[in-house]
Amino acid sequence: MEMLRFATAGSVDDGKSTLIGRLLYDTKTIFEDQMEAVEKASVQMGTEYTNLALLTDGLRAEREQGITIDVAYRYFATPRRKFIIADTPGHIQYTRNMVTGASTADLAIVLIDARKGVLEQSKRHAFLASLLRIPHLVLAVNKMDLVDYDQQRFEEVRNEFRDFAAKLNIADLTFIPVSALHGDNIVDRSANMEWYQGPSLLHHLEEVHIASDRNLIDARFPVQYVIRPQSDQYHDYRGYAGTVAGGVLRTGDEVTVLASGFSSTIKSIDTFDGPVTEAFSPMAVTIRLNDEIDISRGDMIVRPNNQPNVAQDIDAMVCWMSERVSLRPNSKFVIKHTTRSTKAVVKDLTYLLDINTLHRDDSASELALNEIGRVQIRSQVPLFFDEFRRNRQTGSFVVIDEASNVTVGAGMILGTVS
Amino acid sequence: MSFDLSHLRQLEAESIHIFREVAAEFERPCLLFSGGKDSIVMLHVAQKAFWPAKMPFVVMHVDTGHNFAEVLEFRDRRVAELGVRLVVASVQEAIDAGRVVEETGPRASRNRLQTAALLHAIEEHRFDALFGGARRDEEKARAKERVYSFRDEFGQWDPKNQRPELWSLYNGRIRMGEHIRVFPISNYTELDIWQYIKDEGIEIPSVYFAHRREVFERDSVLLSTGPYVTLMDGEEPFIETVRYRTVGDMSCTGAVPSSADTVDKIIEEVAATRITERGATRADDKVSEAAMEDRKKEGYF
Repeated sequence: MEMLRFATAGSVDDGKSTLIGRLLYDTKTIFEDQMEAVEKASVQMGTEYTNLALLTDGLRAEREQGITIDVAYRYFATPRRKFIIADTPGHIQYTRNMVTGASTADLAIVLIDARKGVLEQSKRHAFLASLLRIPHLVLAVNKMDLVDYDQQRFEEVRNEFRDFAAKLNIADLTFIPVSALHGDNIVDRSANMEWYQGPSLLHHLEEVHIASDRNLIDARFPVQYVIRPQSDQYHDYRGYAGTVAGGVLRTGDEVTVLASGFSSTIKSIDTFDGPVTEAFSPMAVTIRLNDEIDISRGDMIVRPNNQPNVAQDIDAMVCWMSERVSLRPNSKFVIKHTTRSTKAVVKDLTYLLDINTLHRDDSASELALNEIGRVQIRSQVPLFFDEFRRNRQTGSFVVIDEASNVTVGAGMILGTVS
Repeated sequence: MSFDLSHLRQLEAESIHIFREVAAEFERPCLLFSGGKDSIVMLHVAQKAFWPAKMPFVVMHVDTGHNFAEVLEFRDRRVAELGVRLVVASVQEAIDAGRVVEETGPRASRNRLQTAALLHAIEEHRFDALFGGARRDEEKARAKERVYSFRDEFGQWDPKNQRPELWSLYNGRIRMGEHIRVFPISNYTELDIWQYIKDEGIEIPSVYFAHRREVFERDSVLLSTGPYVTLMDGEEPFIETVRYRTVGDMSCTGAVPSSADTVDKIIEEVAATRITERGATRADDKVSEAAMEDRKKEGYF
């Protein structure tokens, strides 16, 4: 069975929780005791209807305030696929949580209220999905029941969103008219919208082609851990353990090891279940080479004629996540990129991006909580990276504040500073 | 070649990645092992992550003293097979040393006391990372918890102040005295666990399979009779064919009526069930809507 991770962004007002509740309920994933608990809590809170948001808003503070604060992960499966939902808050104040949930998603669902059309919030969600390079975007035009299932209204919303989306990098955009409350086009095609010829939302989630979203071209193997059993049976064993971050590696392949630049060939690709002849993303394997080379964590095994960028001066989009410290020119941080951690200094804040209007402010002097900007960074040691748009794993990094040890930023690499 | 990986292989790869990341970045990791199915799966994946070397950390059991005999026997055998060191954090010892006070009455439970025994052991052994077998589908507070879950020097979780966790880049930086709880199987569901157990041919303790047992009903949960529980007025023991969906402290872990005596039948049963495993089996979670969140804040698993 395949697995699909998708992110939803929005607030109760958009019908996001109703939509998730509907998907879980109709795929028989909500359990009786969970439903009972939600009904009991709804009565206690004095709401008139069973509040499905209570299924996902799990923290005390969230239930008290009636808002989603943090990412919640939800699971359901159909005979075709296993799904992991990263259910994220939609409010601008929680942009960092949305970015967190979106970072691992194959697909994002952006909800629009058919009555209200494309709001600032929907644009922001679509922009973040494109910034995070989520390969597939679904625009669910919700509450179609409240506009009499009107085809013309759906098309107006769709055209309005298309005009905006043209400015973004969205590879695959799908529009689906739905009513989460009544279940129209959620699991089954709706009888109320005969004019809509496309798939239901669940059908789309089951069928959307994700196998080609991975990078299977540029072989990248960040060494995570060196396995040396030092036992009688495996006396001379020395294996480089890691997760394939791109491309395909095969036994016998000629490889180059960064940072040293030494070359060798792959002797074997080992797993507990026996050796395999090839490894691709996201397999976790152990590679042995035919030559003894000094290799340690933070090195990267690649193919000699397809190497990543090796540089210390990096141009990146950064989403800032800390209310305590801000990012300014000359601030110093630790960055973690693949299996490599290094100190880094901010050389320049090129511009601050208004995530609602996409306006670039090149006079900005700092990035504060939930702000996104283009930044030039110099790292203490060279990083081995690809552009984020080419490889999400070798093109991403997190920024850590050394004083508090907290993760304060997320970076998406554009390239080397020219 | 299609380069496809099934969902179970993807979940396993993610877990292996997490194990190796912790082994590379922490000084003194430890794996929490209860003999329950989730920690058995976790231990199995840990073995795969470091093969052909042994896993580079110790295994710890937080022992309430209220164990199923079959599970203890299983624990000791598994640890011996793997050649890893077992640390037992004993609730009984904590009671004897006066660090905690045992609850009294027929509803007395040692569940809460586990937190004290666990935190004491973490301090004593100076563990800086603890692998736990919690899954996000188990409970709504867990659905919000990170894979790397930061604990302050008091072992406490602050759900409103979690570190952002992006891509597969985990931030394991801590100060002396703090630690990280690591949940490598966060994204498995109960059904995934059973399918994985089947695929991998993993052995599990016999209490997971249907068997005849003397039980009684309390708060709509079937509890086993035995030395650790006192019957209250009106509670009548009877013999029932049951199995356990979760395995923990005998005094608060319930059995479910079931005839599933093979892994295949359990998978069928789990796929068809309409009640969560905690709802069906854990008396301790029924205290309040936020019972788990509150216990976790204090340092519970």
